[in-house]
Amino acid sequence: MLYVLSMSLESQAGFDRAAEMLQESFLAKLIAWGLVSALLYHFFAGIKHLIMDLGHCEELDSGRLAAKVTLVIAGIAILLAGVWIW
Amino acid sequence: MVTSITSFGRSGLYDWMMQRVTALVLLAYTIFMIGYLLMNPELDYNQWKELFSGTVMRIFTLLAVLSMVAHAWIGMWSVSTDYIKATGARFLFQSACGLLAFIYVVWGIQILWGI
Repeated sequence: MLYVLSMSLESQAGFDRAAEMLQESFLAKLIAWGLVSALLYHFFAGIKHLIMDLGHCEELDSGRLAAKVTLVIAGIAILLAGVWIW
Repeated sequence: MVTSITSFGRSGLYDWMMQRVTALVLLAYTIFMIGYLLMNPELDYNQWKELFSGTVMRIFTLLAVLSMVAHAWIGMWSVSTDYIKATGARFLFQSACGLLAFIYVVWGIQILWGI
């Protein structure tokens, strides 16, 4: 990610190269999607964690439900990210 | 308790708090970045460069990089003290994480102030 950021900010040519790579290369898209997927899941699981820190959903039933909701939201977000990337 | 010498802030409570504070910084940065990219689908180089040339954006980005590194350190420390029993291997793993963290910080500063 830092590599792409560095390339995109280096110069006009670097920006074009970074943009082209993310638009043309299947492998670059797959890597980007993989990184984004892991981060999105971590993102929503982290928000669930913070909500639990505030004292919500700490019982067995509500905790299980919150875990499932987190998985579903993360799944939807990952699919949307895939649509955005491709 | 021996392993607490390599923890981020030498105190579990401090690490606990830092993990949450850095999480909120990363939450804000992620939402900002996704929002910016969604609102600027036809982003060009000049606009992109201008965004990262502003002092506020540089401070925000450096804050996010430092938060990411601290967050990752606390996370990797927790995982490695839980699962890597052998002291040598754990030390090696934590050293590698520390080196990577250092590289990311220097690289990030170089990118931000190099443009």
